[in-house]
Amino acid sequence: MLPGGAAAAAADGGETPRYHAQISDLHSLQRGLRLFVNYCAGCHGARYVRYQRISEDLKLPAEVMQRNLMFGTDKLGAHMSSAMSAADGKRFFQVAPPDLSVVARSRGASWLYAYLTGFYLDETRPSGVNNLVFPDTAMPHALWPLQGLRRPVYRTEEGPLGVPQQLVDHLEQVRAGSMNEEQYARAAGDLVNFLYYIGEPARMERRFFGPWVMLYLLLLILVTWLLKRDYWKDVH
Amino acid sequence: MDKRLSAPLRFLGWLDDRIPVSRFWHDHMACYYAPKNFNFWYYFGSLALFMLVLQIVTGIWLAMNYKPSAEFAFASVEYIMRDVDWGWLLRYMHSTGASFFFIVIYLHMFRALLYGSYREPRELLWTIGMLSYLVLMAEAFFGYLLPWGQMSYWGAKVIISVFSVLPWGDELATLMRGDYLISDATLNRFFALHVIALPLLLGILVGAHLMALHHVGSNNPDGLEIKRRKDAQGRPLDSVPFHPYYTVKDIFGLSVFLFIFFAIVFFAPDLGGYFLEHNNFVAADPLKTPDTIAPVWYFTPFYSILRAIPHKLGGVIAMGAAVMLFFLLPWLDRGRVRSIRYRGPIFRGALAAFAFSFVALGVLGTLHTDRPWYNYTLRTLTAVYFAFFLLMPIYSRYDRELPEPERLR
Repeated sequence: MLPGGAAAAAADGGETPRYHAQISDLHSLQRGLRLFVNYCAGCHGARYVRYQRISEDLKLPAEVMQRNLMFGTDKLGAHMSSAMSAADGKRFFQVAPPDLSVVARSRGASWLYAYLTGFYLDETRPSGVNNLVFPDTAMPHALWPLQGLRRPVYRTEEGPLGVPQQLVDHLEQVRAGSMNEEQYARAAGDLVNFLYYIGEPARMERRFFGPWVMLYLLLLILVTWLLKRDYWKDVH
Repeated sequence: MDKRLSAPLRFLGWLDDRIPVSRFWHDHMACYYAPKNFNFWYYFGSLALFMLVLQIVTGIWLAMNYKPSAEFAFASVEYIMRDVDWGWLLRYMHSTGASFFFIVIYLHMFRALLYGSYREPRELLWTIGMLSYLVLMAEAFFGYLLPWGQMSYWGAKVIISVFSVLPWGDELATLMRGDYLISDATLNRFFALHVIALPLLLGILVGAHLMALHHVGSNNPDGLEIKRRKDAQGRPLDSVPFHPYYTVKDIFGLSVFLFIFFAIVFFAPDLGGYFLEHNNFVAADPLKTPDTIAPVWYFTPFYSILRAIPHKLGGVIAMGAAVMLFFLLPWLDRGRVRSIRYRGPIFRGALAAFAFSFVALGVLGTLHTDRPWYNYTLRTLTAVYFAFFLLMPIYSRYDRELPEPERLR
């Protein structure tokens, strides 16, 4: 998994790289939660999500949650609301940071992954960075201490009507972060997995009950088929 | 009262003296004779009835937790998905149920086309069924606003703007919205229509549909009238009593249906964006127009016909006509036989072309229009769609039909 190469592919106007989020790895979800509360929750809320639900689903004891992962409140039943008011957000970024409760359902895991790995330096932007999949995004690169900073390397290609246009060919590391490329790719994956989970916590339940319901219905099909066959055996 | 009878039977006798319970059971179940040769296509009537009940029951429980207000609607749906016990299951059954209701109804209608079930004496049975279909479309449209997502909001805006093309359209659109734009007032009246007015109307129409069905009796895959040949007791030959034969058969059909239905509910409730659109997980924002506003799949064939006509009023009229022409089928069809089994090659070809055009128009309705072949294909398919109905009086009359057998095969 090479985020640099993947992001450059997105810049070509091609498909964003597929990222298959998965919620079965609890450790990944826990790491994602840690990243979320440390790097995202300062500006973004997840106002439909309760800490208690996360604590139960991710098998994190209440004390651990309260001591290490809840900064704005100590009530386990509270929602993960943003620390920043919408008005402040609008003042700081021109647009209030969106709530992230269901962002994985509207954007999809692949887009989120490409977004988190697609930041590059751009002096023309107020935040100093731009994004490959969300051009002119208002969001600064909140994860830069982890990923470091990258600058775009352009190539020139003939665009529509023969006008040459510059495209981002790939991104080049100019300042190292605390993680190497592979570690950052995993961290972005953890965060996407977590967002995918909070987008639909019921996914865990339906995956648990689903196979049993299917099994029950298979048996029902068998029984009702035998019943039907028995009743119909003398109809010609 | 006869003391030798058991208590439940004596109670039934008491009831029968006051309300015709046993007679109802006799007339509509135990001694309602149905042709013995129902095939796969005949499951969808009882499945449609099941879907109606399922939507009403899940709908009641959703309404217990849903807030029909612009401020809280989106949040209350997420509350149902997260905090209400089994709320996610109710919601997915209801949202998947909406799509499956249409799948079942489309197959049920196609069955009528295959076997000529709309032909005399079943014209009213068909017409009442078509009225229920119109009500179902309205019910789905009003319900789709309730989650108050971006697609809810902008989809409703587009469909209401369709009505504004008609004479007195602006007044009509304002009346529908209860406001000059889609707002809290619109959401409230759509909720009222979705949970009370239209389900009630649908229930009455389905009742009338069944009443008409049991009066004229069911058609069958051979398209022969079984009442023409009766045995010494006056029972139609080639028939079986509905209960127990078709009750056990329909229960088997229901089991298979539920297997498919719950596979979607549990493993793919948004079905890649076709059953629950991705953009509807963004709360409605009147200031932010989405890049693409596409209706849910069950409306896309008609949406495509709207897009095929490069004239606003013309497109709306064509779309309306595409639905309304179904009503005229009993009078457009001049064939001497009912069933596809004995129809000639022209009708068979026409029906296949129509079915293809309906599905293809539906698929095209979900795609962007920027492909070079798009408009040409769209208009060709629209022409095929209309030709099926409008040329039917001619081709169904001069078709080379096969002789019908005397009895059911």
